[in-house]
Amino acid sequence: MTEQAHGTEDSQWPLWEVFAQPPKGEAHEHVGSVHAATAEQALQNARDVYTRRGEAVSLWVVPSASIVASTPEDMGPFFDPGNDKPYRHPQFYKVPRGVRVF
Amino acid sequence: MPEQPSAVHKTPTPPEDPARQAEFEARIARGESIEPKDWMPERYRKQLVRMMSQHAHSEVVGMLPEGNWITRAPSLRRKMALLAKVQDEAGHGLYIYCGTETLGVDRHELIQQLLNGTAKYSSIFNYPTLTWADIGCIGWFVDGAAIVNQTMLAHASYGPYARAMVRICKEENFHKKQGYEIVATLANGTPEQKAMAQDAVNRWWWPSLMMFGPSDKDSANSEELMRWGVKKKSNDELRQRFVNLTVAQAKAIGLELPDPALTLNEETQNWDFGPIDWDEFWRVVKGDGPCNRERLAARNAAHDDGAWVRAAATAYAAKQAPATEAA
Repeated sequence: MTEQAHGTEDSQWPLWEVFAQPPKGEAHEHVGSVHAATAEQALQNARDVYTRRGEAVSLWVVPSASIVASTPEDMGPFFDPGNDKPYRHPQFYKVPRGVRVF
Repeated sequence: MPEQPSAVHKTPTPPEDPARQAEFEARIARGESIEPKDWMPERYRKQLVRMMSQHAHSEVVGMLPEGNWITRAPSLRRKMALLAKVQDEAGHGLYIYCGTETLGVDRHELIQQLLNGTAKYSSIFNYPTLTWADIGCIGWFVDGAAIVNQTMLAHASYGPYARAMVRICKEENFHKKQGYEIVATLANGTPEQKAMAQDAVNRWWWPSLMMFGPSDKDSANSEELMRWGVKKKSNDELRQRFVNLTVAQAKAIGLELPDPALTLNEETQNWDFGPIDWDEFWRVVKGDGPCNRERLAARNAAHDDGAWVRAAATAYAAKQAPATEAA
């Protein structure tokens, strides 16, 4: 196999999105991506690239192609149902005078 | 790293939809983060690809002058620190390549441009590391300058770039401190050790100031990058900040910065410094620095030496694939 062919394979390894859970119990958070030939290798690469200082207690790797995302074009109408309902927030409601701590 | 002229991406930019452009600029003005799928002017995308890929390449090539000294580190403590630092630089390159890929370019394409010499990287890495004190100066000056630049870039308008910078800044402080510790230890050692430290300071100081890129009046890209919120401060402002920070650090360890013109300006409270040799800067950018050819050859050799690893991983994946399907 030629050198050029090896190089091309490097880029054709699938892209995986990496999610790491911090040690203090927060949810997994997106931290970046890695290229890898297999899921196992993706996990190992993600460990080496994103957790060199104990940043995580758990890692998820997901094939980037498997992620379904909302689009910026649809942002307005898509999120609209949640934007016009102030009564979902506690500030919407009045508390009688004199009640300081609720 | 500062933006530098690039031979890459010279295709003419198509005219943009003025309404969308205005909306985009309004978002920048509101301080919103631009995300990969958002509409952006083609020129913004190209400038980011150029700047981010040069930055990623700089992290990767930056491993070479230091990797050179891992086997010669003077103690196990220094060796562990240097190994960890060099590994971080590889990580930083990967964070930024990953950010650049969100702009629709392929990492492979960028790496090919680095390997065939068409991509630029920070010129500082084209200077040689002659003594152990040089490793100290790289951490103290080069990483110190990088922190000044990257702290600003952590507020860049492009989300993936800004987030990579936040991650990098957290790690980079150790790089600067370990470098300063090396230089301080030598400066406090025998007369020969102190002389070695001073010699390295003399050689690294001016190239470190050049890291911030051309002076504002000669920087083709700065104005545009600032208008689009990629950069929040100009090359000259960042350079001044670095000088102001470093003067006291040199004084504390009894070393002299090699600039007789360095004086505190009472009015501005900045340390004024002498003229930078821009001829040298452009010579190194254009490929005629002390180590340009050596660095590219070393990077190509490292890539070629890794070919069997890439081939093995690909073969392993192919072998696993049918098993996974069957399961």
